[in-house]
Amino acid sequence: MSRRIIVPFGPQHPVLPEPIHLDLVLQDERVVEAIPSIGYIHRGLETLVAKREYPEYVYIAERTCGICSFIHGMTYCQAVEQVMNLEVPERALYLRTIWSEYSRMHSHLLWLGLFADAIGFENLFMASWRLRESVLDVLEETTGGRVIQGSCKVGGVRRDIPGETLDRMVGDLAGFERDFREIANVFLHDESIIARTRGVGVLSRGDAYHLGAMGPTARGSGVAIDLRKTGYAAYGKIHFKPVVETDGDCYARCAVRVKEVFSSIDIVRQAAAKIPEGEIEVKPKGNPNGECFSRAEQPRGELVHYVKGDGSRHLVRSRIRTPTLTNIPPLVKMLSGCELADVPVIVLSIDPCIGCMER
Amino acid sequence: MTMGADETTVIERDHLIGRVEEFNKQGYRLVQLHCTKVGETYEINYSFDLDYQFRNLRIVVDGQTEVPSISGIYWGAFIYENEMHDLFGIRVVGMNIDFGGNLFRTAKKNPFANPTFRGEGPCPGE
Repeated sequence: MSRRIIVPFGPQHPVLPEPIHLDLVLQDERVVEAIPSIGYIHRGLETLVAKREYPEYVYIAERTCGICSFIHGMTYCQAVEQVMNLEVPERALYLRTIWSEYSRMHSHLLWLGLFADAIGFENLFMASWRLRESVLDVLEETTGGRVIQGSCKVGGVRRDIPGETLDRMVGDLAGFERDFREIANVFLHDESIIARTRGVGVLSRGDAYHLGAMGPTARGSGVAIDLRKTGYAAYGKIHFKPVVETDGDCYARCAVRVKEVFSSIDIVRQAAAKIPEGEIEVKPKGNPNGECFSRAEQPRGELVHYVKGDGSRHLVRSRIRTPTLTNIPPLVKMLSGCELADVPVIVLSIDPCIGCMER
Repeated sequence: MTMGADETTVIERDHLIGRVEEFNKQGYRLVQLHCTKVGETYEINYSFDLDYQFRNLRIVVDGQTEVPSISGIYWGAFIYENEMHDLFGIRVVGMNIDFGGNLFRTAKKNPFANPTFRGEGPCPGE
């Protein structure tokens, strides 16, 4: 009878851009149990509400994550705006939608590159990241920042996108879509990728739902939850369907992200066609007094920002629940019973953002 | 999507498990757990969602009160309960996976119970 051994995975590992540790209990080459531990980069950002006034805290919220920073800032602003009963101008809501989708495209392209790298497909990694650069160029041109955009504020947005720039962005999307289709075909049809991902790290629909999986991790298992369907920002005026796959394996989670890039392109086109003229911000008056849960769909899934104010310039509490945190229990489930060699691919398939999760 | 305090129901700690079981039977998914320190008490929020309908349960406890784990009902709750223990020092009993205070490997024990900031208090190692 084979004996059980424990193999440490992380916090430093070639497929991990950020540190997380897993104790893998193995029987031969098979994982019997995976025990996660985190906290290597815990920054305590939430406690900074005591040090930063509520308009300044947007900068902290954005720095929760270096990939989906815009959506963090927006979700925080939504929460404060709700507490203060601020009606954000419609143009600002459309701009938030456009920047959110560019954030999603760049995040998914980043992940696709990392995933290709984890599989050993270096060319595909470079092709994905080369294309991602063009998305970052747009974010830089329209917000001033490639990584931290800094364009969201309580009451609206700091910058407008001129009509001619918006037209050019939409025009450029045709070339971007054509180039991405080439990459997408490789991700979806290449034999080596299929061999490494099909039937690997399977998460059933029931487990995905009951364990709290979110985003592409959930939608890859057939759970059609997409917070954009709640209609925040301008999503209520945009027609789109959540991308859903049903196999629940690494391939399905990859396919969801590939198809969501096409969906994001379509959403940007619709938003650019419908965006009204007008103001881009309202000035907040007074201080937040009350509490609110604000939710949005990050590239990795449901993001929750909770704020509680007592009428002063400083909030009493900010709580940020990121999708990676809620995708950890499903990851533990996926890893149970898998082969040791598949662990890196499975871990990467939830698109873990540890800096985001640790805050 | 934003939700105000309207969706929050404050309940007694002893009723927590029963109410969470009700949510589970109705098909709600667990969105999150979190803790807020208000004065010397702690508000613990349990958030659920069904078809984008958001509901929140809240119990208010002091730092010494033991809080029952809901991980027997929602298996994935262990991640939030361990987080709540490690950051705030809340004593959660009956967790299905108990990291014993080692999920978040922070330099300071229970850093959110009494937060200190750089330059304002003793920092370990300085």
